[in-house]
Order: sequence, then C-alpha cells, then structure tokens
Amino acid sequence: MIREGFRNFRLASARWLNDSTLWLTFDSDIEAEPGQFVMAWLPGVGEKPFSIAGMAPFSLMVVDVGPFSHALHQLQPGDKVWIKGPLGHGFQVEGDNLLLVGGGYGSAPLLALAHDARTKSAKVTACLGARTAEGLLLGKDFADLGCQVEFMTEDGSAGRQGLITLAVEEILATGEVDLLAACGPTGMLSALAGLARQYHVPSQLSWEAQMRCGMGLCGSCEVPQSLDPALPPGWLACFDGPVFNKDKD
Amino acid sequence: MELCGLTLKNPLVLASGVMGTSATLLRRVALGGAGAVTAKSCGPVARAGHPNPVMVDWGHGLLNAIGLTNPGAEEEVDLLAATREELAQMGVPLFASIFAGTEEEFAQVAGVIAGAKPALIEVNISCPNVRDDFGTPFAAIPETAAAVTQAVKRAVGEIPIAVKLAPNVPDIGRIAAAVVAAGADAITAVNTMPGMVIDPEAAQPVLSNKTGGISGPALKPIALRCVAEIAKTVDVPIIGTGGVLTGRDAIEMVMAGAIAVGVGSAFWYRGENAFELIAEEMKAFMMDNGYATLSEIKGKALR
Ligand SMILES: Cc1cc2nc3c(=O)[nH]c(=O)nc-3n(C[C@H](O)[C@H](O)[C@H](O)COP(=O)(O)OP(=O)(O)OC[C@H]3O[C@@H](n4cnc5c(N)ncnc54)[C@H](O)[C@@H]3O)c2cc1C
Ligand SMILES: Cc1cc2nc3c(=O)[nH]c(=O)nc-3n(C[C@H](O)[C@H](O)[C@H](O)COP(=O)(O)O)c2cc1C
Ligand code: FES
Repeated sequence: MIREGFRNFRLASARWLNDSTLWLTFDSDIEAEPGQFVMAWLPGVGEKPFSIAGMAPFSLMVVDVGPFSHALHQLQPGDKVWIKGPLGHGFQVEGDNLLLVGGGYGSAPLLALAHDARTKSAKVTACLGARTAEGLLLGKDFADLGCQVEFMTEDGSAGRQGLITLAVEEILATGEVDLLAACGPTGMLSALAGLARQYHVPSQLSWEAQMRCGMGLCGSCEVPQSLDPALPPGWLACFDGPVFNKDKD
Repeated sequence: MELCGLTLKNPLVLASGVMGTSATLLRRVALGGAGAVTAKSCGPVARAGHPNPVMVDWGHGLLNAIGLTNPGAEEEVDLLAATREELAQMGVPLFASIFAGTEEEFAQVAGVIAGAKPALIEVNISCPNVRDDFGTPFAAIPETAAAVTQAVKRAVGEIPIAVKLAPNVPDIGRIAAAVVAAGADAITAVNTMPGMVIDPEAAQPVLSNKTGGISGPALKPIALRCVAEIAKTVDVPIIGTGGVLTGRDAIEMVMAGAIAVGVGSAFWYRGENAFELIAEEMKAFMMDNGYATLSEIKGKALR
C-alpha cells in the first residue's frame, strides 16, 4: 500500500456513460483491491474520496454532483490528478456464485470485483438499479465480462420496474448465492443487509460516509449501527471499510 | 497506575482529537485497551473545521489541520455525560478537552464541561485560535498560560486539570512552572509541532490550511526533550505525548519523566490494535529488562 503523500496520474481519456457521469482513464496502473478507494486532490479545488473503478489502467467513474466532481469532469487529456491511496479495505471473492448489487456509482467498484471473480471462473450476477434507464451504469461492461445482468428501474424505463431489492430477493431465494456484494446509497445497503440476514447469505457491503482525513484518525466517517445492526459500534468507513465483510448468520 | 487520584489499568491515554469524536468511538478505544481516553477538544461554539485536504502522511510523520471540528460545549457536555458512566464501569476514565479564544471563554467552556463530571479536564492552550493579533498560542507566554490555567481551575471546582503545552516555545520549563503555580494538576506534553508539507508538482502546500501540526514519528524526539525539561522543572504528573507507536517509545517517554503516555497517530501506523500492542510491548520490555514497576523507570534517563 502506498501511504506517503500524493502521486500524480495524468488523464489519458474520458468516456461519457450518461449525461452526468464520466469514466476517466489515467496513464498508469494502480495496485489495489476492488472496493478500495482513493482521495483525489485537485490543488486549489479540494480533495474527495472515490472508489477505484479500474486498476490497469487506473480509472475512476465520476458523477458530476458538485464543485469537486465538476472540476474532475473538466480535466483534459494530459491533465494531472493527485491521488492518495489506495485506502481502506475492499471486496474479496468468496465462493463460486456471486450476486453483485450496484446502485448509481456503486457499480464502479463492483465492476472491478466482477473482473476478479470472472478471472477465478466464478458465476457472477450483476443487479443494477436506478430511478430511470439513464441512471443505469456499466451494464454492457458487466455483460462483456460474462456476467448475467439484471436491470431494475423505478419508472420501468429499462429492465423491470421496481426497487432493486425485488430482484435481489428473488435471486437470494434460489439458495444458490455464495456471496452478496453491494455498493450504493445507504438506504439500499440497509435493505440488502436485512435480506442477507433473512436468507443467511454472507455479505460484503461498501458503506459511504463523509470523509475528511481518510486515515482513521478524525472520526468523521463513522457509520452508525442504525444503518446495519451487524456493524460494530464506532465503525469507520475509511479505516475499517468501506467494505464491511459479514459472514452469514 | 495512578494519575491525579485516578486509577488507570495501564499508562496509555488516547490523545485528544484522534478518534474521540463520539461516544461509540471513545468506547471502542477503551475496549481496545486504553488506560484512559480523551475526547476531541471542544470550544465555545460549533466549528466545521478546515476544507480538505486536512491530513497527509509525508513519510516520517503526519501533518494535520483538521481545524478543531467540534459541536460546541453545550452539545459536547451531553456526549461526555452519556459516555462517562459506561466507561467508568469498564474501568476507563474519560478525560474532556477544551479550547477557547480568550481567558473568559476558557472559563465558560470549562464551567459547561465540568457539568459532565469528566475524570479530568485537559486544557488545550496550544491552539492557534487566539486573542492577540499575532496568532501566538496561550502556551507561548508564561503569564497568559498561567492566567488561563487559573481561570479554568476556578471554573471546574474539584475536577483535576491537565494543561496541554505546545512544543514550539523557547523555554517549555518556564511555561510548565507558570501553569503549575497557577493550579495545574498535571501537564500533557505535547501538542503537535507546526509544520508544512509542499507538493512540488502542485507547487503549493498540501493542506488547504497551508500549515498544520506534525504528529507521529517525527514528533517523538521533540516530545521527549519537552517532557524531560518539564520533569526537571516541576513535580506534577506528565502525560508524555508525541510519536508513541511502540512499547519502546512509551518506555522512552516514561524514562524522560512522564508517568502516563498519550497515543494518537499510532492508529494509522499500527492499526486498530495499537493500544493492546503498545501495552504488551511495554510489559515485555519491562520483563526483559528486570523492571517491576513504572516508577522504577520514571525519569531514569535524566538521573
Ligand atoms: C468510499 C467512497 C467512494 C466513493 N466513490 C465514488 C465514485 O466512485 N464516484 C463518484 O462519483 N462518487 C464517489 N463517492 C462520492 C464522492 O466522494 C462525492 O460525490 C464527491 O465528494 C462530491 O464532491 P463535490 O464537490 O463534487 O460535491 P459536493 O457538493 O461537495 O457534494 C455532493 C454530495 O456528495 C457527497 N459528498 C460530498 N463530500 C463528500 C465526502 N467528503 N465524502 C463522502 N461523500 C461526500 C454528499 O452526499 C454530498 O451531498 C464516493 C464516496 C465515498 C465515501
Ligand atoms: C487528527 C488529529 C487531531 C488532533 N486534534 C487535537 C485536538 O482536538 N486537541 C488537542 O489537544 N490535540 C489534538 N491533536 C494532537 C494530539 O492529541 C497529540 O498531541 C499529537 O497528535 C501527538 O501525539 P501522536 O504523535 O501520538 O499523534 C490532534 C492530532 C491529530 C493527529
Ligand atoms: S475520514 Fe477521518 S476517520 Fe475516516
């Protein structure tokens, strides 16, 4: 793990995934586990956490939601971004049949996990959910890796209509899933934690919180147990996670 | 061991500002083997802190400018009150920590926080948020350091106070003598050392605040020197703090004259078992070298 200071990466290319989301590919590789994150710094703009979406070459998937992500969207090929990390603990491939559940930009670290799982010849089902078809990200990339892909949209504009938990529950009910791995909004993760408990399936859920130091010292990224009773009290997303690895119960 | 009439199961104290921002985190560090835990410093009003980046590992230590993020004394007092009992049942005393911009504010914050009956109140006089126009911390001048100490002592009644000193002063012994004369029951030495890390590619300081406080390995020799000078000058318990990552580091602090040892950055360097590891390593060192009690070691390097 590289821990000292920041390293520079230069933007190689950028690809639009939808109106507000760019896939940024940089000029060199990073060694990391799927699910680990980096702190990205743009001098004069700020510093924010992002999941590592690709390792070879280093890639980020960035949704334009505010000043910092907007500045990342303005980068031109050759421009530098300052990277601290990889930080935190990521996903581990466990078992032969993985169910990956991504909400929004949560599909980015899961794509890296799918890549690892497919390299180990595991069967992977990717459930991707969003409000509308426009919000579904990386479906083709998962399919290209040989994953089975299920889409759910709240308005029914792509795939089936409804919340992602509907599809997840059906798949868990088959009794064939060895591991449920997910990343997305905390509400979705809380629901999935409940389903994993109900169906006695091991889970790896990647939690989000406001990050400041990113190094386990400032205490700002504590994830409350109210989101998942299985989380240990005082659990820090940057230090203990972001992925919480829970054996079945 | 004993500190200001309190019994600690080991001499390791969680340093203020590291992890101690919530009841659950304080409890976690207590369960993780700390002898006592200090909450994050709180001031008169809520502060959001500085924008990111607020922290960097520059290879030989850490540099941080979190910016004294805190919810303000009125909210902090509830957090402390809710946590104190539970920690006490675990045999781990809870220390509060306070900062303010003026003597009067210090007294006011201390008065509010005393309401939670913490086992000890640490007075952080080494913060940059100060009254005069030159940005000199209270800890830089013996008279101001003493005045704050006296004001706090008057406001908190029976609760013991430890005054936390800054390392970047010309004569730390004089400051220590002044705060002890003004009623300090103990001294915490030291806070972080001001510093700057520049990123040459960015051609600017890494922290948004430009400067920050150095902690971790780089701070240890500075802290040891400060502790030694204080121990030579005054006779109150010293919580030696700065760059303690291992049991040997902790032993060095005690040999310099400390009786308890503050631990902060070690979480980054040693992981979540930092306290257990340091405590075990201390014990092993003492066994290997034929020491039975800490008091045999205390100040040994100065004799
Ligand atoms: C572990 C982790 C991985 C992430 N991975 C990705 C990713 O792969 N792609 C992506 O687009 N986004 C990711 N995010 C979220 C990303 O950090 C925020 O969207 C980004 O910081 C927004 O900054 P901004 O200045 O553009 O917007 P702002 O206006 O600052 O914030 C917009 C929203 O972003 C979130 N946010 C802002 N600051 C932080 C912070 N310091 N920590 C966490 N969330 C914050 C909040 O929900 C806020 O409402 C991740 C967050 C975490 C904690
Ligand atoms: C992230 C961070 C936050 C800190 N916040 C405070 C604080 O609020 N009040 C305070 O008195 N000291 C604060 N400190 C200083 C520590 O309490 C301690 O004095 C210093 O870090 C040296 O010890 P260490 O090398 O073991 O970390 C902070 C240090 C760090 C690293
Ligand atoms: S962001 Fe500071 S502890 Fe996680």
